[in-house]
Amino acid sequence: MRLFEYEAREVVRRGGIPVTDFGVANTPTEARAIAERIGGPVVIKSQVLTGGRMKAGGVRFPDDPEAAEREAAEVLALEINGHRPRGVLVDPRAEVAREFYAGVVWDGLRKQPVLLFSDMGGIDIEEVAAEHPDHVGRRHLSTLLPLSDFAARDVIAQVGITGPALGKLAPMLTRLAQVFLERDLLLAEINPLGQLADGSFVALDAHVAMEDEARPRHAALLRELGVGDEETREAREPTAFELAGEEVDSSDHRGVAGNVTEFDGDLGLVIGAGGGSLTLFDAVRNHGGRPANYCEIGGNPSVRKAAGLTKLVLQKPGVNKIAVMMSIVSNTRVDIVARGVIKGCLELGHDPAEKIAIFRIPGAWEEEGVKILEHYGVPYADRSVSMHEAARRAVEALQ
Amino acid sequence: MSILIDATTTFIVQGITGREAVNLTRECLDYGEGARVVAGVTPGRRGREVHGVPVFDTVAQAVEHHGGPIDGSVVTVPPAFTRDAVFEAIEAGIRLLVIVTERIPRRDVAQMVELARLRGARIIGPNCLGIIVPGVVKMGGIGGPARDAEKAYSPGPIGVISRSGGMTTEMSSTLTAAGLGQSTAVSIGGDPIIGTSYAELMPLFEADEQTQGIVIYTEPGGRMEAELARWVREHESRLPVVAFMAGRFMDEMPGMSFGHAGTIVEGEEDTATQKIARLGEAGIAVAEEISQIPALMRERLGAGVGA
Repeated sequence: MRLFEYEAREVVRRGGIPVTDFGVANTPTEARAIAERIGGPVVIKSQVLTGGRMKAGGVRFPDDPEAAEREAAEVLALEINGHRPRGVLVDPRAEVAREFYAGVVWDGLRKQPVLLFSDMGGIDIEEVAAEHPDHVGRRHLSTLLPLSDFAARDVIAQVGITGPALGKLAPMLTRLAQVFLERDLLLAEINPLGQLADGSFVALDAHVAMEDEARPRHAALLRELGVGDEETREAREPTAFELAGEEVDSSDHRGVAGNVTEFDGDLGLVIGAGGGSLTLFDAVRNHGGRPANYCEIGGNPSVRKAAGLTKLVLQKPGVNKIAVMMSIVSNTRVDIVARGVIKGCLELGHDPAEKIAIFRIPGAWEEEGVKILEHYGVPYADRSVSMHEAARRAVEALQ
Repeated sequence: MSILIDATTTFIVQGITGREAVNLTRECLDYGEGARVVAGVTPGRRGREVHGVPVFDTVAQAVEHHGGPIDGSVVTVPPAFTRDAVFEAIEAGIRLLVIVTERIPRRDVAQMVELARLRGARIIGPNCLGIIVPGVVKMGGIGGPARDAEKAYSPGPIGVISRSGGMTTEMSSTLTAAGLGQSTAVSIGGDPIIGTSYAELMPLFEADEQTQGIVIYTEPGGRMEAELARWVREHESRLPVVAFMAGRFMDEMPGMSFGHAGTIVEGEEDTATQKIARLGEAGIAVAEEISQIPALMRERLGAGVGA
């Protein structure tokens, strides 16, 4: 999950990295009050979970509190890449002598975090790495050894910095790495890390993303930051259909009916498991089918859960039939899924033989499953029919 | 032969008293020549038995009971405790960890992987279904109950590597039906950080005389396919590789990029199309559908193998 800049700054501040004396305003009046408190020119920054703020006019430089109020009013109403701001950050305009970049991110191939540093801060780090590779230092970090300044000194020295700055910068990077590990972050960036005229450092911007799996471990922090439990911080908010899907999944702990995602076609998909779902979704589209949804059933879903998902998908406007398909299952009971999808059809007053375009789930308890399917006349296929072919038959059944 | 495990491999099940663990213990005991599940560990449950396997409070007690080093562990302990269990196993001398648990925070996974590296241990997973040597032994829930695993898996010359547990079985079943059995099938796990990637298994398959070809299942996300392509090119592998990639539709979905540091560490994340091109450049054939895999593999195998 991504954090807003003002939240990210608070996270790094708690990690011992100095931040500016900023405030967050939700109204133009609040912005003016903060500007008055700060005294002097300020920066107004839209708080949105997307990039391109500057280009979109979401960053302003008012010289006095009246201007701050006016600019804040505009920025608060400004939509950037489809995002409305959650307030604006009001920052003192710092007199910066130098700007650096400090960041920590995961390297999935090396299976360790990487500490990144550049003496060309304030610019897109991708550009710097591409055009000025000598100005980017990097080093993989141990997740077992306690973090120690030598790693930070290494990356700083790689770009050629020496003298007193080397020793002063290092603890900033070590603390950033510390925050990254302690808070289960996927990304922690300070760009720019400013050095003021008096030689001290301050984070002028911060980007932080936290791993979703780790949210429960940081419940207290998230609460203090004001992050709601229900906030997903996804690229887009879930639709009503998707929320209903989550409800089906969470209402019963037995098995999984996950990642229910809405599309706009006429073929409902009750599919799994994870890899199987991706394969089947591709296959349906390859055959010219139009999925109404995506999902991933797995584990050992109960009859109730399978029925709930079936009903949800069948009731989606525009859905004519469902296809129930999975890769060969090891610990999902075919007979239970069969019972569940049939029950779902019956509870809606439908004939399962008519509503289920195909049932293709080979594996554990398949003989028992077949008995139930045959009893209701549901068209089914065994493992000799490939997933691709099953998808083709489902698409054909709709034509 | 096989890689990673064989009929002599001894292993424990950590978290053995959990429902999933009870099931997979039964399956491993029943399958093939019968796995040597020498003990289970669930703190606080010493003295119990699961399908005849004695349960202990600690891995050290299990090792003592066994009277010598134990080769492996299947770890099913919930995510909040998995790292602790894996650390315990590694420090007790266990050198092959199959981690079934999913949703473990990345930091914990990195720590487990790093300790394993330091101690010369190997992690398969997390979020995986385990390893199977058809007809001989399995370690984990892969393939399900014995009679189902017997339908899908058969002994033969193909090494199978998959990031999806279910697709390991689906692809192996397709190969079995086409008369191309498997030397070893490995479900390597679906998480962003896993203990062993495709490329890291290749040297093991390369050194296994029985293995004549490799089939892999891949998905969008991550750079493991690029790593494999690089390995195959650089090592002039004797093993032909056929890949199947799912999730191609994601190329058409808008992704979210937030922060730019990731790309300069790992490079631009490949789209599915780019990944396929990269694999192709390394001589790795990419099947459009799973049913095409056996024919693509036969074309590339030496004459007389699996004919």
